[in-house]
Amino acid sequence: MIKTLNHLPHPRDNAAVLAGHFTDLAPPLNARQAELEASRCLYCYDAPCVNACPSEIDIPSFIRNIQQENVQGAAQKILSANILGGSCARVCPTEILCQQACVRNNAHECAPVLIGQLQRYAVDHAQFSEHPFQRAAATGKRIAVVGAGPAGLSCAHRSAMHGHEVVIFEAREKAGGLNEYGIAKYKLVDDYAQQELDFLLGIGGIEIRHGQKLGDNLSLSELHQQFDAVFLGLGLAASKQLGLADEDAPGLLAATDYIRELRQADDLTQLPLADRCIVLGAGNTAIDMAVQMARLGARDVNLVYRRGLDEMGATHHEQDIAKANQVRLLTWAQPEQVLLDANGQVRGMRFARTHMLDGRLQPTGETFELAADGIFKAIGQAFDSGALADPLARELKRQGDRIAVDEHLRTSIPGVYAGGDCTSLDQDLTVQAVQHGKRAAEAINAQLMLNVEAA
Amino acid sequence: MADLSIVFAGIKAPNPFWLASAPPTDKAYNVVRAFEAGWGGVVWKTLGEDPAAVNVSSRYSAHYGANREVLGINNIELITDRSLEINLREITQVKKDWPDRALIVSLMVPCVEESWKHILPLVEATGADGIELNFGCPHGMPERGMGAAVGQVPEYVEQVTRWCKTYCSLPVIVKLTPNITDIRVAARAAHRGGADAVSLINTINSITSVDLERMVALPTVGNQSTHGGYCGSAVKPIALNMCAEIARDPQTQGLPICGIGGIGSWRDAAEFIALGSGAVQVCTAAMLHGFRIVEEMKDGLSRWMDSQGYANLSQFSGRAVGNTTDWKYLDINYQVIAKIDQHACIGCGRCHIACEDTSHQAIASLKNPDGTHAYEVIDEECVGCNLCQITCPVADCIEMVPLENGKPFLDWNHDPRNPFHVVL
Repeated sequence: MIKTLNHLPHPRDNAAVLAGHFTDLAPPLNARQAELEASRCLYCYDAPCVNACPSEIDIPSFIRNIQQENVQGAAQKILSANILGGSCARVCPTEILCQQACVRNNAHECAPVLIGQLQRYAVDHAQFSEHPFQRAAATGKRIAVVGAGPAGLSCAHRSAMHGHEVVIFEAREKAGGLNEYGIAKYKLVDDYAQQELDFLLGIGGIEIRHGQKLGDNLSLSELHQQFDAVFLGLGLAASKQLGLADEDAPGLLAATDYIRELRQADDLTQLPLADRCIVLGAGNTAIDMAVQMARLGARDVNLVYRRGLDEMGATHHEQDIAKANQVRLLTWAQPEQVLLDANGQVRGMRFARTHMLDGRLQPTGETFELAADGIFKAIGQAFDSGALADPLARELKRQGDRIAVDEHLRTSIPGVYAGGDCTSLDQDLTVQAVQHGKRAAEAINAQLMLNVEAA
Repeated sequence: MADLSIVFAGIKAPNPFWLASAPPTDKAYNVVRAFEAGWGGVVWKTLGEDPAAVNVSSRYSAHYGANREVLGINNIELITDRSLEINLREITQVKKDWPDRALIVSLMVPCVEESWKHILPLVEATGADGIELNFGCPHGMPERGMGAAVGQVPEYVEQVTRWCKTYCSLPVIVKLTPNITDIRVAARAAHRGGADAVSLINTINSITSVDLERMVALPTVGNQSTHGGYCGSAVKPIALNMCAEIARDPQTQGLPICGIGGIGSWRDAAEFIALGSGAVQVCTAAMLHGFRIVEEMKDGLSRWMDSQGYANLSQFSGRAVGNTTDWKYLDINYQVIAKIDQHACIGCGRCHIACEDTSHQAIASLKNPDGTHAYEVIDEECVGCNLCQITCPVADCIEMVPLENGKPFLDWNHDPRNPFHVVL
């Protein structure tokens, strides 16, 4: 378990009750609901929803397939653009993507078509008897993919489809990346990440080697030598620090560490519970953390953000989820001091009130304290530079701390590609990572096949 | 409130909404419920000679829209499967109890004079207000020489109508089948036979769908199917045209018409009346929603009439007939052009792709900086076909605006481009 929280009590509810708190936040549509919802789609041409989908799923087409009782056709259409269409249907912030763009989200209309839910319906009910995509003739080319998260898996699947052999190097015990370790449990239930992984690997030609960590027992130099192309889907492994004293005190933890434990826990009753807790941050991870703690039974959950509600990274939909779970959103306050009790354990936090002054965030001079048994940092993830330690890796051009790539996901080193959160490109979203992986695979394939023709 | 009462072919009714001869008017229980709900009249489900018809199971199937809304129903039910005696007894009692409502009896007996001569006095004795001759039933009965088998032969229509006028003093309404090439021929025959009115349309021969697993059409009876009679809102356009054809035919002009076919709202009814109907009959909408629908129909119709200043139905009945003409009399110089209200447009692109793929490439798709599209009509290319307006999901977003081209009225008869044009 999480050592730094060992002193905390466990949830009061029994396992069955807790399990009930972590079922689907948005229950899936049944056939009748899917039919009703599908019939609301206007089958737009040059549809705004497709334009808003980072993975370019042909949404009107798959919805029309659902309406015409061709669920398999719908699923194939989705998966051909986004092989992780099942998890994206569950975790995408559709309220700022396809469903925001839906023409039925217009003020004159009623509400957007529930595209995410329909996508889930199609993928969940497709029941393919065999993997729906066939591999091209073997090319003899080998591709190394580092990181079995959404970007890496997407790149691997598309590469395998093109007839290449893929080896995925993954540091952790399980593949799936954030889908396995980082998404709120109630958004991705029933071990879905592993089910989806099994489906994806069904194409064949993909080997996953676990316990392989770049910068540790793996180097880019070696991979570059041994493989015809390398794709880096490293994600953002490091949690940002507050830069305060006592940041490693018992009771203070990165939210992602706790969520990982929560997702992997076989018995939720054995998790540490911070009855009064503070979550620092303003993104969807902060909301996930706060809501999950509330659902575990915490009585007093405060989500504290140094700016205002409008600047929060979490969407309004996510904020509503927080409010519905009795999470208190406190804005315009930034952490000033970790407060410890006599045992050196977290007892609360002192915050400085903030405001905007001359266009800059400034402390007002006023402070306040919040009592807490646990404090969870969700102030963002950072690139773990330790991964790029070998001589070749150090040569990779960076943008900020992330890996610089061009529109074909090419890094500064020929034959090395990168995608997902570890790059500077686009938003940090699962669906964006899948798109990166797919496009990188296409770029790799184009390059490798060009070389074949030239040879 | 406007007066909805009518006198149709001599039959009085408090309102023009009658239930058509069909399952809803099969027996006293239903008819009484209908009268309680406020229907102005009913046409009692078709009586025949004993022994009564026998029906199969199942009997109906539907043609659905995208959201399971029923566009049309197909039925293979025959005429009443109850004895003549029971029906006549019930009719007598209901008419006695509901003297102010129109009660018409639908009839279908073999096409021989004796059969009609026998049944007509029995029906007249019930006190019913009129009879309707079922010359339209398209399934089952024609195989026995009745229903549409009569309606499709003008000589039979005329003959039977004449027998009815001879052996019965009640108003005779002839119900016409649409399963023919020109409805006017049958209407003229009824008129010649002395019909007091025609009612139309009866149902249309149809198969609604096919069960692709069992490879049998719907509705099924065991592992088989047969064609049935199609009704419901899907048939309304066909019925409206047929009513208009009769209304504007010089040979049948003035012959009362009872409009039937897909009427489910006051507006539907008003449209039939505007095209010359003096009363209307409803079936499918009641079968889908119950008799209560008449309440909104009556309320809506009278409010609309008030808004238009019509004190009674005769003030607008047939008002649209004069504007219905042959293609050759249309103004070839008249032109409309689509105009898109950009404020109302939700950006679905349906008008563009419909015009681009299937019409005149008259709607441009302009890409906005945010990746969405705006749609603009190219006036020079627009022929005013209405397709964009039809496919647009937003009512009133696309307006068809008349073009002031300064050209005078010109019909094809006088158009110099017509090799056979009339030279003035």
